[in-house]
Formats: sequence, structure tokens, C-alpha cells
Amino acid sequence: MTADLAIDVSHLVTHYGSRKILDDVNVQARQGEIMVIMGGSGSGKSTLLRHLLGLHRPTSGSIKLLGRDITKLNADAMFDLRKNMGVAFQGGALFNSMTVGENVELPLREHTKLDENTIRIMSRMKLEVVNLAGFEDLMPSELSGGMIKRAALARAIVMDPKLLFFDEPSAGLDPVVSAELDELILTLRDAMNMTIVVVTHELESAFKIADRITVLDQGKILMSDTVAALRASEQPRIMSLLNRTPRHDVINADEYMPCTGSPGIAPRATPTSRTSQTLPESRKARW
Amino acid sequence: MFDPVLSFVAAVGQRSLQSVREVGYHFALLVEGFYWLIFGRWRRQPVRLAAIFKEAVGVGVEAIPIVALASFAIGMMLAIQGIYSLRTFGAEGQVVLGIAMSVTREFAPLITGIFVAGRSGSAIAARIGTMQISQEIDALRVIGINPVRYLVAPLLAAMLLTMPALTILSDLVALFSGALYCAGELSLPIGIFFQRTFEILVAQDVLHGVLKSLIFAVIVTLIGAANGFNVSAGAEGVGRATTRSVVLGCIGIILADMVFTFLTSR
Repeated sequence: MTADLAIDVSHLVTHYGSRKILDDVNVQARQGEIMVIMGGSGSGKSTLLRHLLGLHRPTSGSIKLLGRDITKLNADAMFDLRKNMGVAFQGGALFNSMTVGENVELPLREHTKLDENTIRIMSRMKLEVVNLAGFEDLMPSELSGGMIKRAALARAIVMDPKLLFFDEPSAGLDPVVSAELDELILTLRDAMNMTIVVVTHELESAFKIADRITVLDQGKILMSDTVAALRASEQPRIMSLLNRTPRHDVINADEYMPCTGSPGIAPRATPTSRTSQTLPESRKARW
Repeated sequence: MFDPVLSFVAAVGQRSLQSVREVGYHFALLVEGFYWLIFGRWRRQPVRLAAIFKEAVGVGVEAIPIVALASFAIGMMLAIQGIYSLRTFGAEGQVVLGIAMSVTREFAPLITGIFVAGRSGSAIAARIGTMQISQEIDALRVIGINPVRYLVAPLLAAMLLTMPALTILSDLVALFSGALYCAGELSLPIGIFFQRTFEILVAQDVLHGVLKSLIFAVIVTLIGAANGFNVSAGAEGVGRATTRSVVLGCIGIILADMVFTFLTSR
């Protein structure tokens, strides 16, 4: 049973300074599964993602990726493991000084000894997968929001990783583009048997792609189960989440947080991943 | 009664602690930068020559016009002032000594350092700071690229290569402009000016300036990079880091110059 777990987080506790962010979080995902992490702003989902990526050290607990506990790995082993991980950040995080093609080629150049031609062909293939063929020579600043996300996805999958992390694929995109990205995520799972972790606010998108949904609330796991089980849940907070129309999801997600006030038009949630960046302690500890 | 005193002491203490922490951060950055330059190859993360050359063009080659112009002005200024003040003693002929010594030992490395701090220190802080807030630094880390190895180490190497070269260029340009002025004012042929300059100067004078420029190279790189990595508050933070890295870079250079000169020239 544990053998085919691609992600196995157990008893994860994390702090920023003295503030506890995640409290005894347990999450599992099997190889080839799409796991969606949901929750309102401040629920800790972006913090969980950043820990899964090995960007911070937890206070306690273990995070096993592909059977290896990243909280205990040395730098060399982590370096090897990173070749099997792809990440598409919320804002894309494409390197602005490079063309789209160079961005996609970068992991290949750093991790492999392939010749120039092979690198070109491989990156072009990945750009084709995300429907951006022919955009290699453009700079990221010349792309639209949806294209940036797709280019970031191409960079994330260029090494054919076993694990793919996707932070807020639909944030800031119109429904059509966001639906296209959902299709793309499904294709990647089916074609390449990737384990995909998606952090999202969008209910509609979550139900469409998820094999398993993890709902975080105030740093704790509210539920981590299949879509069907989530729908059948009688947990009041989850029911209130489901009873809203998907369009209101963002507001709803904020509303069930005790710290946010009026249920009116809540501002678009600021990604916690950005907020977490503002803490200099975490930054200074690890470059 | 004690409250203002106590809070003052607390503020001083916190400030000192912050400064010590910052110095420690710079030092760690320096060690890590050199670590990747030397051992990167064995850690499967080599610092690429192409990256070093690219940075060298940015911080060195492109700085040539401005450094040359500034050095030209400095050389001429030294000649004017030298002749003016030495005339009091009727010793205008000694101006060559004054120009040669002060240019090679002091002005060339200092003016180069300050111009590079202004040009590149700010650019380094802005580039790394922007990458920090747009999650590009995180992206580097998850791709498995150490940000210090990828961003700081090539810069450090490029600075250490180009700063001495720029300093020697500045030496030559400043001496040349000094010679030009002397040729006009004292009817001293340029050839004779240089001949006497080379008689006066020993290798140690030039080396003194070059060694200083190496220290300035490290200071500019580290202050720029450290301020960039510590950006946290969006665009405003980038602006602040840029300003800070120029101010601290220039002050750092002048202070280091004073200490180095004190230790080596007495």
C-alpha cells in the first residue's frame, strides 16, 4: 500500500516565527493521481505546497516524496530528487531575462548532458504539448497571462517529472483558458502517469480534475478524500463550500475563515506563497 | 525617567544585532559564492564560463566608457590642482610624481569602484530583488539550481576579473589626461611625462591599486546580492534595495579603502 504512494506527508507541523501555520497535517497521494489542495486564504495551503517543494524546513513531521523523506535528505540527494519534480508557480515565475525557449530548456541544460539539438527538440515538443509551438523566441513579457502559465507548465514538465506541482492554475485567467489548462493537466496524468498536486480556489476546476481532494482549514486537514466522498460529506464547513455556485467560490472560501469579515465582494485572495515570502527569517535561513 | 534611556539602549542593541546579522549574511554569501566557484564542478553544479563572460561584459566591458571618461577628468583635475599648488613652491616639475602616485594608488581604484558600485551594484540588487518577488528564485531552487551558484558566483568571478582590468585602464587614461594637461601647461612632452612616470612608479604602487580593486569587487557584489535576496516588499522593496546597495556599496568602498591604505601604506 505504502509502496505506490508518491506523496506521503505525516504529522507535519510548521511555524513562521512563533505562529503555527500547519498543525498535524497528514496527506497521501498515489502515483498517477491528481490531488487538489483547497482552502481559503490563510488556510495554509500555499505553505503546505512550499513545504512539499522543500523550500522550507518543517518544525516536525515527515514529507515523503517518491518514498524519500525530504526533511532528512542531504543536498545531493535532494538535487537528484528535484529532477523528478516539476513546479508551475502561480505567476509563472519564468525568468524574464530569457526567451520562452531558453526558459523551457534551462532544466535540461542544468541537469543533463544532452547536445544542443536534442535539447531544442525536447523543449519544442513540450511547448507543443502546451500549445505554444513557435513561441520559443518570444520574451515572457510578450506573452499573455494564460500563455505564461502554459509556458511555465512546459518548463515544469520538460524533464518528464514523476511529480508535478501546480499553484493556482486558474487564478487570473478567464474560464475558457482555465478550462483548457484543466484539460492539459488531465492529459498529462493520463499520458505520462504523473502524480499531480494542484492548489486551487476553483471548485469547478477541482471537481473536474481531482482524484482526491484535500481541504485545509486554519492549518488543519478538514478532509482528504475522493471527490465522491467530499460531495457526500456532511461536515458543515464542507457543505457550505459545496452549496455555493463555483463562481462564488473565492468569496466562499474566504467567508469560512473566521478572520475575514464581510461576505460581500471579497478581494481576490492574495496568494499565501507570496505572503510567506515576506518573512525574512525563512529567507535568510536558506537561499 | 528610565524609559527613554532604556528604549534608546534597546534600539541601539537591536540595530547592532541587525548589523552583525547583516555582516554575517554577507560573509556567508561570500563563502558560498567562492564555494560554488571552486567546488561546483564536483557538486554537479559548475559555474559556467559562459555565464561569467556574460556578466563580465555587463559589469566590465560596458563600464569602460564611463570609467574612462571619469578617469580622464580625474587625471586632468589632478594635473591642474597639482600644478596650481606646487607652483607655490616653484616645484611644478614634481607634478608628475604627484599624479603618478595618487592615480595608481588611490584615484583609479576608487573612481572605478564607485562607478561600478553605481552601475552594477544597483543592477545586481534590482535584478535579484525582482527575481525574488516574482518567485524566480524559488523557481531556480525547485529546478535544482542553487541561486547563489547561478546568480552570485558568476558575478563574483566577473567582478574579480574586470575590476582590476578597469582599474588599470583607469590608471592609463588618467595618466594620459594628466600628461595632456602638462604638455599644454608646462610644455612637457607626453613621452617624457610617461618616461618619468615609469621611473617613479614601482610595481607595488600599481599592485596596491589592483589589490584594492579586488576588495571593492567583492564589496559591490556582496552588498548588491545580499540586498537583492532580502527584498520582501514588492516594487518598493526593490527600489529600497537598489538605493541601499549603491549607498552601502560606495560607503563600503571608501571605508575599506581607508582601512586598506592605513594597513599597507605606513
